[in-house]
Amino acid sequence: MSKTETSHDDHHDHHHKETFITKYVFSIDHKMISKQYLITGLIMGIVGIAMSLLFRLQLAWPEQSFGVFDLLLGKWATDGVMDPNVYLALVTIHGTIMVFFVLTAGLSGTFSNLLIPLQCGARDMASGFLNMISYWLFFVSSVLMIASLFVEAGPAAAGWTIYPPLSALPQAQPGSGAGMTLWLLSMAVFIASSLLAALNYIVTVINLRTKGMTMTRLPLTIWAFLVTAIIGVISFPVLLSAALLLIMDRSFGTSFFLSDIFIQGEVLHYQGGSPVLFEHLFWFLGHPEVYIVLLPALGIASEVIATNSRKPIFGYRAMVASILAIAFLSTIVWGHHMFVTGMNPFLGSVFTFTTLLIAIPSAVKAFNYITTLWKGNIQFNPGMLFAIGLVSTFISGGLTGIILGDSALDINLHDTYFVVAHFHLVMGISALYGLFAGVYHWFPKMFGRMMNKNLGYIHFWITAIGAYGVFFPMHFIGMAGLPRRYYTNTNFPYFDDLANINVVITMFALIAGAAQIIFLYNFISSIFYGKRTEKNPWKSNTLEWTAPIKHIHGNWPGKIPHVHRWAYDYSKPGSKEDFIPQNVPLKKGEKELQH
Amino acid sequence: MTIILSLISLILISVAVWQLTKIFELSKPVKSEYTDVADYKDNDINGKLMFLFLIFLYGLTIFSFFKWGDVILPESASLEGEKTDTLLWFTFSVIFVVQTITQAFLYYFAFKYRGNKKRKAFFFPDSNLLEGVWTVIPAIALAGIILYGLMTWTEIMTIEENDEALVVEIYAQQFNWKARYAGEDGVLGDANVRFLQDFGGKNLVGIDSTDPNGDDDIVVQELHLPVNRQVVFRIRSQDVLHSMYMPHFRAQMNAVPGMITQFAFTPNVTTTEMRLRKEVVDKVIKINNIRFQKSQELTAKGEFPLDPYEFDFLLLCNKVCGASHYNMQMKIIVETEEEFEDWLDEQITFKEFIK
Repeated sequence: MSKTETSHDDHHDHHHKETFITKYVFSIDHKMISKQYLITGLIMGIVGIAMSLLFRLQLAWPEQSFGVFDLLLGKWATDGVMDPNVYLALVTIHGTIMVFFVLTAGLSGTFSNLLIPLQCGARDMASGFLNMISYWLFFVSSVLMIASLFVEAGPAAAGWTIYPPLSALPQAQPGSGAGMTLWLLSMAVFIASSLLAALNYIVTVINLRTKGMTMTRLPLTIWAFLVTAIIGVISFPVLLSAALLLIMDRSFGTSFFLSDIFIQGEVLHYQGGSPVLFEHLFWFLGHPEVYIVLLPALGIASEVIATNSRKPIFGYRAMVASILAIAFLSTIVWGHHMFVTGMNPFLGSVFTFTTLLIAIPSAVKAFNYITTLWKGNIQFNPGMLFAIGLVSTFISGGLTGIILGDSALDINLHDTYFVVAHFHLVMGISALYGLFAGVYHWFPKMFGRMMNKNLGYIHFWITAIGAYGVFFPMHFIGMAGLPRRYYTNTNFPYFDDLANINVVITMFALIAGAAQIIFLYNFISSIFYGKRTEKNPWKSNTLEWTAPIKHIHGNWPGKIPHVHRWAYDYSKPGSKEDFIPQNVPLKKGEKELQH
Repeated sequence: MTIILSLISLILISVAVWQLTKIFELSKPVKSEYTDVADYKDNDINGKLMFLFLIFLYGLTIFSFFKWGDVILPESASLEGEKTDTLLWFTFSVIFVVQTITQAFLYYFAFKYRGNKKRKAFFFPDSNLLEGVWTVIPAIALAGIILYGLMTWTEIMTIEENDEALVVEIYAQQFNWKARYAGEDGVLGDANVRFLQDFGGKNLVGIDSTDPNGDDDIVVQELHLPVNRQVVFRIRSQDVLHSMYMPHFRAQMNAVPGMITQFAFTPNVTTTEMRLRKEVVDKVIKINNIRFQKSQELTAKGEFPLDPYEFDFLLLCNKVCGASHYNMQMKIIVETEEEFEDWLDEQITFKEFIK
């Protein structure tokens, strides 16, 4: 450790040599890279959310002509009416962008990068160079994904799960041509980026903690990021192999996933493959991915809720244990996406069992958050509002998971709007709230200025009402038996009575979408004109707030602070202040909590 | 429509702008110590809003059930579906109670303990008792749900074909469904997509003409099922993944190219009986009112009015399969055994069809 410190001290002397390019573009400083992740993620988020508003318009007023379609979709919306292929493309790219580019890279990438070195007490990531590469791979994959929107036949449109044969055969739908090629390429690059990033996170947390920062003194954010990175390393390679095999099937005539196909008047040569194999490979990542998205959000919530309740997080050990339990279980539940794919029913039983077990650690987490609020002195900073919102949607969405994880009940609800409502609440909205909570909470750390709190309040309350307004009624559409990914349900008079609900949902979606403009305005204007922050605006215990406001290479001038206590000594009896930062030594006779 | 929408967006934008300006007024530093960290007033307002939000959440729940409860699928029309329905409502009642209580605690605590200057938070880092309580209680509840669920699942998915069972093949392609009955021998002939082009395209589901079992097979575009008799579905697809979804019978299974999947259930209500059920009658009236209004709009524009709606069981595609996925359907008619036999006798066998 001492060696790195000296080398960094040397480095400070050459600080002025930084050029624009090394500082803002090819930066190897984790703080700059986290900003790059955040801003790229937000731009992708704008695209993803705008797409959802477009297809919500189509769902509420099917096959109506809209000027905005004419404007944005051009030849894919004849006379302003959306084409069914474009509807599927929008749904597909919305899902891909939101899950991978916003809630994986945008959320985990931003805050793992910002907080792992700062909260562990490290000068930077273990490898700054790899860190830079992982950001730029993410950037390239984002560009590829956006570029796929502009190919002649349209982007990928087989759903974000890209099940073959639909995704494998250009004859099956126009989006499975060049659009799908770009999708696969983009995802392959994305996976490389995630793996490099995850390895870096793991090594940094394990090796570069400052003196005194034992694993049991780590803030829960770091536990969440560490475990997220581990499940990423375990599961992302499997998606890469699925993507590569699919590329082989598409371009080199192999038959991993295809067999006995007759399409457009001809029998294809594929023999012996099975789409079910692809589903297994996809969901082996696909389910852990849910937790890759969610765990960082929960970690952020732990930190934000404890700080703003002015109370220690309740049940630190139980929180760590539940993160580990969730991570372990998440890798053995993927089959619950496949109850009705023709998989052996006995396997279905096993997956039902493991899936429903996840409810136990999840319940522990939810109850611990609630108990943390109990008898607190709650400071409603905007980040806190979003953290509480997260707990709420995590409960609402998680509970319907008990229904969908039960194979017998999944038979009838599988792939209906009930599923859409469930996962949007439990992972979509929850993780998005985690992202917002993180941005509001660490904005002062990232940009040295504060975000406007009143705009933050308005942003939260409109979003909160909008999110429940969109996804609560959606459960009913699902229980009415309406399948997802339908361009319109007007071909089924049986579903005619759902039209009103769809209009209500779209209204709420438009309102919630408009609220995000407030956020963007607040975010951008605060970067330049926000009030200058104090060093520790939220009176928080973690180490990042001991670092100077103005970012420097190596994070701390001089020596890295040593750690003497856990991160949650809020309102500890016997202390005058209601917080004791981790670098403050124990007073004489003061006992440390044993974990 | 566009006008209404642009009006709405205009209103929304103006509301947003109005709010923005108001915020700026409010956020003007009244005193010099203004910061963007929440103060007592912010805590008070947001804490109270937390409580109001709980009321909103309960209100939304009650409103939705009251207003939209009738769109939920009518009672199951199959024996197996009745079991899943019981399981569903059992599970629903459990999670409904949990949802109501936990959300109440969450938002009520947020309201009750909103910060002020006098309050000091209670240092309460751990309690093994509490952790134990909320590990064990969910575990017990889930053990019950898991056992009940698995029993139901095994009952439904263990397909014990009795001699009386009717075997039907469901055949999927972009973008329609076909059904194949085994004919008098009760055995479906071998089939493969390789045979689809035989007989000038008349071999609709690719039956192997050298297999004598296939000769009396019957291929149709409308699914007829006899009531109170187990039906075993063998499901095939010729191109991409599809999913055979029959929501009224709580039945679903994917159609996978290169593989035969299966599912079985026993319909216990005929189409005619179903049409007479009160909830179905009410639903049909409601739908026809909606269609009547739409028809008036259409005729005013000089277009054709919509047909009145009559209830039928449906088979839908529930796995995205391409552009016309949203219109891939087949009508299902459940009828008495005699009606079914009469109907089947009228159909042409494969051998006659390819002649």
